[in-house]
Amino acid sequence: MTIFQPLRGSASSKAAPQAGRGNASGYEAVRASRDFWTIRRRFGSFVGPACMLFIVWYFLFVIIAVFAPGFMRVGVFGDVNIGLCFVVLQFASTFAIAASYRRWARRRLDPLADRLRHRLEGGQEQ
Amino acid sequence: MGLTATSTLATEVVGTPALNFTIFAVFVVVTLVIAVSVARKNNSATDYYAGGRTFTGLQNGVATSGDYLSAATFLGTPGIIAIYGYDGILYSVGFIVGWLLVLLLVSEPFRNTGRYTMADVLDLRLKAPSVRAAAALSTLMVCLFYLLAQMAGAGVLVSLLLGVNSSVGQGAVVAVVGILMIFYVLVGGMKGTTWVQIVKATILAAGTVVTTIWLLSRAGFSLPALLHHAAASSRSGTAVLSPGLEYGVNTVSKLDFISLALALVLGTAGLPHVLMRLYTVPNAREARRSVTWTIWFVGLFYLCTFVLGFGAMWLVGDKRILSAPGGSNSAVPLLADKLGGTLLFGIMAAVAFATILAVVAGLTITASASFAHDVYAGVLRHGEAEPAHEVRVARITGVVVGIVAVIGGISAKGINVAFLVGLAFAIAAAANLPSILYSLYWPRFTTRGALWSIYGGLVSSVVLIIFSPVFSGQRKPLGGTSSSLITDPHINFAFFPLNNPGIVAIPLAFFLGWLGTVTDRQPADSARFARMQVRALTGVGAERGGRS
Repeated sequence: MTIFQPLRGSASSKAAPQAGRGNASGYEAVRASRDFWTIRRRFGSFVGPACMLFIVWYFLFVIIAVFAPGFMRVGVFGDVNIGLCFVVLQFASTFAIAASYRRWARRRLDPLADRLRHRLEGGQEQ
Repeated sequence: MGLTATSTLATEVVGTPALNFTIFAVFVVVTLVIAVSVARKNNSATDYYAGGRTFTGLQNGVATSGDYLSAATFLGTPGIIAIYGYDGILYSVGFIVGWLLVLLLVSEPFRNTGRYTMADVLDLRLKAPSVRAAAALSTLMVCLFYLLAQMAGAGVLVSLLLGVNSSVGQGAVVAVVGILMIFYVLVGGMKGTTWVQIVKATILAAGTVVTTIWLLSRAGFSLPALLHHAAASSRSGTAVLSPGLEYGVNTVSKLDFISLALALVLGTAGLPHVLMRLYTVPNAREARRSVTWTIWFVGLFYLCTFVLGFGAMWLVGDKRILSAPGGSNSAVPLLADKLGGTLLFGIMAAVAFATILAVVAGLTITASASFAHDVYAGVLRHGEAEPAHEVRVARITGVVVGIVAVIGGISAKGINVAFLVGLAFAIAAAANLPSILYSLYWPRFTTRGALWSIYGGLVSSVVLIIFSPVFSGQRKPLGGTSSSLITDPHINFAFFPLNNPGIVAIPLAFFLGWLGTVTDRQPADSARFARMQVRALTGVGAERGGRS
């Protein structure tokens, strides 16, 4: 946790040391820094599409079930029909999105967030 | 859905009340010992509100699922599946999908920017006592409706599971539940409450999984076979395996379901007792881990309840369930009795009680924290209250909330509980979620936008539900008594046709938040947003755990 890499942006490298608790202008400088821009972009690029995906997929399921129940009645095998398969898929997709976010965030978000946090807190250990 | 039964129709008593009492008493003693033993050091505000922030992601994940899975879920979900089949499942999917919103958009920034309550997050961004007061009010409203639902359900359970049919006896049991829960919260604080949740969630999961496996073994471990038997013994036949029996009646019922689905998916991320749990872990990473664990636990629990619901349809039969005391809520107890006799029935009865007790304790501590930290310290004392004093106020509030819940639970017995739960979710989604999301992600969001969206969401939800069929004018199709709160069919002021206000109130609250902001002449403070965003994404300056 002591990895300290210098900032690439010049403005932020000057502002970072004074960005202690409560110093709002320090926060603004960090917000403008390149590392923070990267973390924002990465966060948005995963979370945005993932939210769109699960909300659209869930309401697709609900709307089909409510307004086109005939489609849900189509048999797949035995007494199992499309509607029951949809339910299983809803659960599966929920588990899958949760697990992949956790994995992704650990690899792509956490190291960057740690680095920024250490820099902001002046390298001191929590 | 909820616990809607009338309590005086106990024509049959299943199981032995003495055994049920004993099993439940064991749970109470175990949790009391835990609450007292973890409570040794419980005096700082962080200890009382956030359990010292020392819980791991796994522990808090289990505790959160304990907070989330109420008796209405445990008994209600298999119950509606046993009666309506697929539509009961359709209803339940929203309860698990909604957690993704908590995980992706709320949990980590929320943990990074707040201390004890939801209002802390809004306050970091907007710095306005009026917003803190508004957020506290909507928190208290959600807790109150949720609490009443749990306590009203307790009365029904007493008659169903313990064979106590006199209203005095039921009142006494509700009062005992209330006193126990006040004790947990007073003595154990958040730490004790969390351990109660962990114990409860564990026995709930164990009871559910064992019964599910037991049931599946009866069907040769074949799910299609189970579905086949279930459909064969239902009066609706194979129609129970596809949507339409409950929500597909007409266009209004279809729209009503869409409205409910919206409230469920967006409401979870606005439930104050769920959000407050995020503060019991040391950092945002553990908060993320705990929400993923919750998704696994809640998901597996719901999958089991689906199996139990169809199992009850098969082995108990919808006719017997509907005529039992407690109506559809008796599906699981009756199934347990059929499978494992009085012992399994007793275990399931005790699980149901433990569930009520734990959920009520979680709601009480949330309400007391919100009052003491937001209303007393934040608004009345302008953020300058002594922490020790604040905790004392929280403890007193906990007692008051407990007493209100007991009185409410005794007098609300027999009312439609599903409406209280639906309303709590609708308020959570309409009043809490828009301002949380806007303050975390929208740079322009202002104080006025926050006030408009919180009060707009709160007022529209409550007003719409008052003028909806759950309040007046609903008739039972077979000429029976009305399922409205006001049972006299001549009193009818239900001009809003839907039971759940979500489809109107939620978009309205989001719209008002936007409108209030763009018409605000005072621009947003960009420095505050910068601080919010940097703290939310990096965790700098977040309240750390591990020390007390």
